[in-house]
Amino acid sequence: MSNEFEYDAGSYVGSDRVPGGPTEEGSGLRREVRGYLLGLALAVVLTIASFWAVETHAIYRPGAAVALLVLAVAQMGIHLVFFLHITTDPDNANNSLALAFGALIVCLVVFGSLWVMSHLNHNMVPLHQLMQMQS
Amino acid sequence: MSTSALHLAQDPSFGSPELARHEASGHGEGGPAPKRIVVGYGFWIFLLSDVIMFSAFFATYAVLFKSTAGGPSARELFDLHNTAAETACLLASSFACGMASLAVGQRSQKWTQVALLVTGLLGFAFLVLEAREFSGFVARGAGPGRSAFLSSFFTLVGCHGVHVSAGLLWLGTMMAQFYAKGFRVDIRHRFLCFSLFWHALDIIWVAIFSLVYLVGTLPPELLP
Repeated sequence: MSNEFEYDAGSYVGSDRVPGGPTEEGSGLRREVRGYLLGLALAVVLTIASFWAVETHAIYRPGAAVALLVLAVAQMGIHLVFFLHITTDPDNANNSLALAFGALIVCLVVFGSLWVMSHLNHNMVPLHQLMQMQS
Repeated sequence: MSTSALHLAQDPSFGSPELARHEASGHGEGGPAPKRIVVGYGFWIFLLSDVIMFSAFFATYAVLFKSTAGGPSARELFDLHNTAAETACLLASSFACGMASLAVGQRSQKWTQVALLVTGLLGFAFLVLEAREFSGFVARGAGPGRSAFLSSFFTLVGCHGVHVSAGLLWLGTMMAQFYAKGFRVDIRHRFLCFSLFWHALDIIWVAIFSLVYLVGTLPPELLP
């Protein structure tokens, strides 16, 4: 457990390296700090874009909610790659697969609930009509 | 990386530390994965189950978003300046936590403690901002009991706040363990789990500020 490429957050062992991960040449620490700074910069840009998308008329207004969803997903991706170091590295294959399965369940729960509930709302007898039928 | 178990067994240097990182290729060959990989994987599974729990709260909130029962709506309540400040605190805290893991990699006690302290203070600032916002809502008669919309809002955002509070306690114990026990391998594994937890909380906050606060303050005619 004493080789020089042992790091605590994320996995680096393998050929496919994360941005800012250690390389054989150059200073590992400087590269890693640069990786975190790049992640931070991208996250800040996406956050500012999200707050800007609420106000601006530069994007088609009815698409604002979708734009916010896309920006949020993009920023989650930035966090996963630059901060959590989830990559396609062989050592990370299990992590990526678990993440893919988790994302599938999240989509099923959220979109499934919205779909079912909107159909219920459409098909339900309005409350005042229901009271008239009972009386 | 293509050394099979058979080759390793014939290799006279089998079992030496230099070979340790080539034992498991991640493709089902070689020996067992290093403990660090296994620990990270196990905790990642826990985090994903936590995310799935949050997705149920998100779905509840989305379904009940318009059920304001005559009470205040999201657009009337939310103050985006406060949300922006909370977002800045948590993002900076996540970055400081990344710096702490680099300091641990360098075995620097001083920088580890400094980075963890910054992480904790920014997390605490986030909690203060959130508590102020919640108490402001309750003072305006928009507590969790006012409407189904507010119940689901307080459950979702409050659950994230509870996670951050638990993370702060954990962070305090990590600082104490690094101070008292040094950079022992088991302590570093615990810190790996903590850093994954802290970064995952920031990912959940990205979903909350985008989909709850920002989408919530869009004019009603723009919402589906």
